[in-house]
Amino acid sequence: MSLDGSLSIRVNGEHRRVPGGTSVAEMVNLLGLDPLRVAVERNLEVIPRSTLGQVCVEDGDDYEIVHFVGGG
Amino acid sequence: MNAPQSFNSDTWTVAGRTFTSRLIVGTGKYKSFEENAAAVEASGAEIVTVAVRRVNIADPNQPRLTDFIDPKKITYLPNTAGCFTAEDAIRTLRLAREAGGWNLVKLEVLGEAKTLYPDMRETLRATETLVKEGFEPMVYCVDDPIAAKQLEEAGAVAVMPLGAPIGSGLGIQNRVTIRLIVEGAKVPVLVDAGVGTASDAAVAMELGCDGVLINTAIAEAKDPLLMARAMKAAVEAGRLSYLAGRMQKRRYADPSSPLAGLI
Repeated sequence: MSLDGSLSIRVNGEHRRVPGGTSVAEMVNLLGLDPLRVAVERNLEVIPRSTLGQVCVEDGDDYEIVHFVGGG
Repeated sequence: MNAPQSFNSDTWTVAGRTFTSRLIVGTGKYKSFEENAAAVEASGAEIVTVAVRRVNIADPNQPRLTDFIDPKKITYLPNTAGCFTAEDAIRTLRLAREAGGWNLVKLEVLGEAKTLYPDMRETLRATETLVKEGFEPMVYCVDDPIAAKQLEEAGAVAVMPLGAPIGSGLGIQNRVTIRLIVEGAKVPVLVDAGVGTASDAAVAMELGCDGVLINTAIAEAKDPLLMARAMKAAVEAGRLSYLAGRMQKRRYADPSSPLAGLI
């Protein structure tokens, strides 16, 4: 954690900072994404969509945020 | 399988879900979402395959597949394309289940980039784990009746043997093994990969397959919408032909007009 209390995390391989106390749902919103349209994995564990608002982002977390794209 | 009373009642069922269209189409390689959506419409498909990929967090407002193909109307079948180990495939499908909220998925675990041939050892391992976790996997596999049987025993809800390598458009290479898989399977059999043109789809259906999955042959046709219509007609024609039961082959000619009364 940094001096200003923000958290350092990785999202889809990219470094990001979010304020301390942010929930995962809030973090997804901060990225400009709709939590209802994506799936979120935190440190290799899928977070059920129903609990995205209750799980808090922690310093050092590694997130994958995915959705459906065209494929065969 | 018994012939239905009429073609209109000819449906197929996978994991308790019943469909009328026997054509599943992919959503990759199209020039635009608009073209993709129009091709799905023209194909009459009720199921589309989709891939699971990272969202672009640098540009979160890019158009999305779901804006063009409504998951409430068309069943999304998430795949594991690009996965080369059981673990990667399982991880992908756990995320897919959360993104889509359903258990029906298409498993493919690839062995090498050159041929995109399935790695059956990893595929079988992934199938076992997925079934334990409550998934209903339709499984891409080699055109091998024993491998197909093993997948079925492991809980695959459908087996999807390749006709030829993914994206090759070479057509059904081994009709004998596809037929053997159909004869031995108690779950639906769908040819997945290798269909290049409409007659290939008809061949798969004439062999008794329950359906066909087509992506590249439609997406890379000069006119994808026309090819989507052609594939729809071919799948229906092949199915009807299978149900009708083809004539026996003869080694020599047999006249169709009566010989009696010849002048």
